[in-house]
Amino acid sequence: MADEEKSPPKADNGGETAKPVSKAEASLASNPPSGTPGIPAGSTPEPAKPAATAPAKPAATAPAKPAGAAPAKPAAAAPAPKAPVKPDPWTSPLLDALQKAFPGAIQEAVVFRKMPSITVAKESLLALCHFLRSEEGGAYTLLTDETAVDYPKREKRFDIVYHLYSFERNDRLRLKVLVAAAEPLPSVTEVWPAANWLEREVYDMFGVVYEGHPDLKRILLPDEWIGHPLRKDYDILRQDAAWVKSNLGIESGQ
Amino acid sequence: MPETTYLDASELMINMGPQHPATHGVLRVKLKLDGERVLGSECVIGYLHRGVEKIAENRTYAQFAPYTDRMDYVAAVTNGMGYVEAVEKLLAVEVPPRAQYTRMVLAELQRLASHLLWLGTHALDLGAMTPVFYTFREREEILKIFEKYCGARLTTHAFRIGGLQYDLYDGLEQDCLKFCEYLLPKIDEYEQLLTKNRIWINRTRGVGVLSAADAIAYGVTGPVLRGSGIKWDIRKVQPYEAYDKVEFDVPTGEHGDTYDRYIVRIQEMRQSVRIIRQCVERLAPGPIFGKVGKVIKPPAGEVYHSIEAPKGELGYFVVSDGTVNPYRVRVRPPSFVNLQALDIMIRGHLVADVVAVIGTLDIVLGEVDR
Repeated sequence: MADEEKSPPKADNGGETAKPVSKAEASLASNPPSGTPGIPAGSTPEPAKPAATAPAKPAATAPAKPAGAAPAKPAAAAPAPKAPVKPDPWTSPLLDALQKAFPGAIQEAVVFRKMPSITVAKESLLALCHFLRSEEGGAYTLLTDETAVDYPKREKRFDIVYHLYSFERNDRLRLKVLVAAAEPLPSVTEVWPAANWLEREVYDMFGVVYEGHPDLKRILLPDEWIGHPLRKDYDILRQDAAWVKSNLGIESGQ
Repeated sequence: MPETTYLDASELMINMGPQHPATHGVLRVKLKLDGERVLGSECVIGYLHRGVEKIAENRTYAQFAPYTDRMDYVAAVTNGMGYVEAVEKLLAVEVPPRAQYTRMVLAELQRLASHLLWLGTHALDLGAMTPVFYTFREREEILKIFEKYCGARLTTHAFRIGGLQYDLYDGLEQDCLKFCEYLLPKIDEYEQLLTKNRIWINRTRGVGVLSAADAIAYGVTGPVLRGSGIKWDIRKVQPYEAYDKVEFDVPTGEHGDTYDRYIVRIQEMRQSVRIIRQCVERLAPGPIFGKVGKVIKPPAGEVYHSIEAPKGELGYFVVSDGTVNPYRVRVRPPSFVNLQALDIMIRGHLVADVVAVIGTLDIVLGEVDR
């Protein structure tokens, strides 16, 4: 790791520890919060980090109170860690070739922890995948993984994430496409047959609909399952209550 | 597809599994048959689905680590290793050398245990009764070392994010070396039982052939990919821990059939012994934990980290939003992706060969279904 990358996160961990410990233990409701600040201070490898501890301290007192303070905390903590570990822009001959072949298709190209990641427009996804798989596109012949991440507050809530590997370059590349909830996405099974089950899993867990998939149906869950569990707004209790009501005819006690 | 009909019953659908001793768990395969010959197949999976990825979102980074052991439950050490390394990558933490070599020793022992279990059950599926008793006997010795190290035999939770929970017990080095000394002649013994055995050769040669091109297209990794002749091992091409500092070979097959995959795994066991011996030599005293706070709170960002698990590429895609809980943890299980190739591998073969191919893919349903 480069030095400028390495030191800031350490400062985060060193300085911020006082706060999350109290949150975690408060939620466990086992230890009195008053005892918690001592624990991380003693065990943290770098105890004295004046720059980081200063902003952390006022927050540390707040989360000692349970539940109510919890939602406010990530918002307060967000600016501090984000600043030092922002992903760097990615520059590479491959990226230039991609931008030349597909002008305007690459929306973002960054490197984080040595892994390049590009976000592409949905319209040019399939052509771009064919290009990446071909010799001049870097020969990314192995699709190691395809999955999704749900950000319900965004307009295009799903990140569809492809992890590619090129044997020739011995290199991994992350490809991302943003789609909205009911927006169909072209299937990449014609480029990499390995995507077949992976896309079925994404459909099963997130409800992303693929166009041109040979056999799009649930894979891990039963066919009659309602909802898509890995969505952030999936509610297991409501699901359970509905099941109890329809199958047993009584109100669920949960 | 053959056009011959016999009593209006040219095609027959049968279910293999989910309760079938040769499917190594709860795998259901719908087979379309013409007599004894397989025309097509469809896997029905998910019987062991426990929602591991969803569980991760409601746990802290450290709390989730034990859950990873329950995916590939015959190779828990490597499962945990992949996860802790992914979080370490996110945190940008360096693990001290003693912890690295310890991890490698245990991971290679786990690879041996996994391959031993595979060899025994695979041979048993194909009618060779003897090896399973021997391989389980040897595997037991590995599990004893795990038990002495961390108290658990199977779901070990051996590593922590940043290093190790426990330093080595006195004599682990000797136990490992003694075991290596003990195992090598045993591997020769297995080979005496199988490698030139005519029945074994007839059951495995030319069965379940997977060409190199197909293997890549279907995303197959691990010994199955190497059996198809592609020299690709993540320990070599993108080394993690200290694999770049030890010497070992990557065995490959030629024909991509069940026999070649058998040979590849047997050779891998010898290479694992080689790695263990080198690592034990380098286990110098020193710290076992990197600079990680009590509470793990990585910066916002996403990492993908993969390791060479006994079954293939095991990847973890971890997304952090800067809080103590992972925003998303995606597990890229080798068994799930490898199982996808089953269909093209068994077409045209006999039903009895389906058993051979399921065995040679070395799947664990806990990992397929998560």
